[in-house]
Amino acid sequence: MALLEVRNLRTSFFTAAGEVKAVNGISFDLERHKVLGIVGESGSGKSVTAYSIMQILDANGKITGGSIKLDGQELVGAGEKVMKTVRGNKVSIIFQDPMTSLNPTYTIGHQLIEAITLHTDRDKKQARDRGIELLKLVNVNEPEKRMKQYPFELSGGMRQRVMIAMALSCEPDILIADEPTTALDVTIQAQILELMKSLQDQLGMAIIMITHDLGVVAQLCDEVIVMYAGSICEQGTADEIFYHPHHSYTKGLLRSIPSAETDGKKLQPITGTPIDLLNMPKGCPFAPRCEDAMHICINEPCERMDINENHKAACWMNVKALLTEEKGGALHETGN
Amino acid sequence: MKQETDVLLRVEHLKEYFDISTGFFSSKPLKAVDDVSFEIRRGETLGLVGESGCGKTTVGRTILHLYKPTGGKVFFEGKEIASKEDLLNFRKKATMVFQDPYSSLNPRMTVSDIIGEPLDIHKVYQDKKERMDRILELMGHVGLNSEHAARYAHEFSGGQRQRIGIARALALNPAFIVCDEPVSALDVSIQAQVINMFDELQDKLGLTYLFIAHDLLIVKHISDRIAVMYLGKMVELADADEIYNHPLHPYTQSLISAVPVPDPKIARANQRIALSGDIPSPLNAPSGCPFRTRCRYASEVCAESMPEFKEVSAGHFVACHRLAEIG
Ligand SMILES: Nc1ncnc2c1ncn2[C@@H]1O[C@H](COP(=O)(O)OP(=O)(O)OP(=O)(O)O)[C@@H](O)[C@H]1O
Ligand SMILES: Nc1ncnc2c1ncn2[C@@H]1O[C@H](COP(=O)(O)OP(=O)(O)OP(=O)(O)O)[C@@H](O)[C@H]1O
Ligand code: SF4
Ligand SMILES: [Mg+2]
Ligand SMILES: [Mg+2]
Repeated sequence: MALLEVRNLRTSFFTAAGEVKAVNGISFDLERHKVLGIVGESGSGKSVTAYSIMQILDANGKITGGSIKLDGQELVGAGEKVMKTVRGNKVSIIFQDPMTSLNPTYTIGHQLIEAITLHTDRDKKQARDRGIELLKLVNVNEPEKRMKQYPFELSGGMRQRVMIAMALSCEPDILIADEPTTALDVTIQAQILELMKSLQDQLGMAIIMITHDLGVVAQLCDEVIVMYAGSICEQGTADEIFYHPHHSYTKGLLRSIPSAETDGKKLQPITGTPIDLLNMPKGCPFAPRCEDAMHICINEPCERMDINENHKAACWMNVKALLTEEKGGALHETGN
Repeated sequence: MKQETDVLLRVEHLKEYFDISTGFFSSKPLKAVDDVSFEIRRGETLGLVGESGCGKTTVGRTILHLYKPTGGKVFFEGKEIASKEDLLNFRKKATMVFQDPYSSLNPRMTVSDIIGEPLDIHKVYQDKKERMDRILELMGHVGLNSEHAARYAHEFSGGQRQRIGIARALALNPAFIVCDEPVSALDVSIQAQVINMFDELQDKLGLTYLFIAHDLLIVKHISDRIAVMYLGKMVELADADEIYNHPLHPYTQSLISAVPVPDPKIARANQRIALSGDIPSPLNAPSGCPFRTRCRYASEVCAESMPEFKEVSAGHFVACHRLAEIG
C-alpha cells in the first residue's frame, strides 16, 4: 500500500460564471521516501490538488468526488477533526510566498514555538530548543538571534528556510512544497533544493514538489505527474518523462525550453493560448493547441493507458501507434 | 543575431544612488548602480543577469534617463546625451518593455490607444488614417490581428498583453530596447512564443536589445553577449558561450552551476558550487569586492580594494583580484 493513494479526485469551485472543474478525476500514488513532482501550466490544478489533500480549499471550493487515502485512512469526508491531526502531524505544506504564511506581527521564535507545542507534546522550553535545532537544520545562521526577529527582517531565502523549518516542526510523513523556490534567485534556489534533498535523506519523508520549472523536477524528483487543464496527461519516472515523453503536451513543453540544441535557432513554442476551464473542449483538453491532433482527439477524451510499468499517458497518438504496430502491415497492404 | 562591431550605445562609469532615510534628519546613499561601464553593439542582444536587487532594472532605467544618473555618461550613436534636446531625440530611439504585462497596461484603454499613445505624444501623425495604418502595421509585427484593435487590454491573456506592450515600444521605430524581464510573468508554454518574436523583430527591424532576465537558459538563448552584475557592480561580461563554458568570476561560476538543467541525468551528476550566506544589503555593502562575503577564494586584498573591471582576453571582462589563483 502506498503512503498516499489518490483515486479519481475531483475538485470544483462554484463561481458566478459556473462550476470550475479545477481538478478533474486524477489518480496517483505517493510511495514512502519518494519525491513526486507535479508540473503543468498555470491554472492546470497543481495547487488545488495540494489544497484538496490538505482540505484547505477556498470557501467556494469542494471535493466533488473520488478518494484520498493516507496510510489506508480515507480523508475525503473524514471531517475536520481528522483533518486537523492530518495537517498537524502527517502532512505539511510550504506555500509559494512565505510572507502569506508567516505572520508579520510575531517573531520567528513565537511562531515556531507555537507550531511545535501545538503539534507535539513538548513544553515551551523544549519547543524553543527544538525550534533552534530546526533552524540549524535548515542552515539558518545565528538561530538564537533569528528567533527574536520578525519575518520582514529576514531575506527571501531565509524566510523560505524558516517556512521549511515550520513545516518540519510536526515531523510530517509528507511535505508538500508548492513552488517553494519560484520567488528566489537561482543561487538561493539551489541552496534550498539541496537542503530539501538532504532533509529528505535524513528524515525519510516523502515530498510532493509542485513547480513549473522542469529543471527543478530533473534535479529532485523520482516520479513526475504532468497536469493539463485539471487532468493528469502523463505520469511516470523522471527518466521516462524526460527521455520518452508520450503525451503531445509534455513533448511540446520539453521542446520549448532553450537548450544546447536550440542555440542559434528558433525555439519551438507550444502554440495557442492556455485553456479556459469554463469552456472545456469535449475531447482531449490539449487538442486545440496540439500539432498532432487527429479527428478523434477533438471529439473524445483519451483514457490513460500504460506505456510500460513505469509510465502512463492519455494521448490518442499512443493508441494510434499501438494500432499501427498491430495492424501496420495490413494498413499498408490496403493502401491506407 | 548579427556580429557587427559598431557601437550603438556606450555607458561610462554609470552611477545611480538612491537616498534612503535612516532617521529623521539623516540619509544614506543606496548605491543601486555603482560605476558600471560597457558597450552595446548595433544589432546585438546584451543579456543582463544577477541576483534580485543587484541593480539590473536600475541600469536599464538610468540608461534611458528615466532616473537621472548620479554620475557617469551615456553615449548613443557616438554622441553623449548631454542636453535636453539630446535626451528628447534619444527617447524616440530608445525605449523599454516591462516585466509585468498585467499591471503595465491601462486596462481601460483600447489596444489601439495603448499602441498609438507614443505616436500621439510625439505628434507623429496629423492624419487619422495614417495613424491607424501605423497602429495596424505594429499589431501585425507582433502577431495581433486588426480585430483586436478596439478591444480592451484586460480582455487579453498574459502573452497577448506582452505583445501589446512590445507593439507600443516599437511605435516610434526605436533602434534600442531595454527588455526588463519581458517573459518572466508568462507561463512556460507561452515564453517561447514571445522569445521567438523578439528574435524575429530584431532581424526584421535591426533592433538592439538590453535583455534583463533571471532565467539563464533563456538569456543564453537570446543573447550574443552576457553581462553579470552583483550588488550594483558589473563583475563579468563576455560572449554568451564564453560565459557559459568558461565563467571566470567566482560569482558567475556558482550562478552558472546553479542553473537547474532540465535533464535528469545531467542534473544528478551536476556539481553545484554552493554559495553560503545571503546577499548583503546594498546599504551595507562590504568594502572592496562586493562578493567577498560569499566568495570561497576571498583573501585580504579582496577586502582592501574593489578589483578593476578589465579585459582578460579578447572581449572577456572580469572584476576579480584572484583570477590567477582561480585559474
Ligand atoms: N477560489 C477559486 N475560485 C474559482 N476558481 C478557482 C479558485 N481557486 C482556484 N481556481 C481555479 O482553479 C484552477 C486551478 O488553479 P490552481 O491554483 O490549482 O492552478 P496551478 O496549476 O497551481 O497554477 P499556477 O502554476 O499558476 O500556480 C484555475 O483555473 C483557477 O482559476
Ligand atoms: N526608486 C528607488 N528608490 C530607492 N531604492 C531603489 C529604487 N529602485 C531600486 N532601488 C534599490 O536599488 C537596488 C537595485 O534595484 P533594482 O530594481 O535595479 O534591482 P534588479 O536587479 O532589477 O532586481 P530584480 O531582479 O528583483 O528586479 C535594490 O536594492 C532596490 O531596493
Ligand atoms: S575579488 Fe576576491 S572576493 Fe571578489 S570575487 Fe575575486 S576572489 Fe572573490
Ligand atoms: Mg499554484
Ligand atoms: Mg528588476
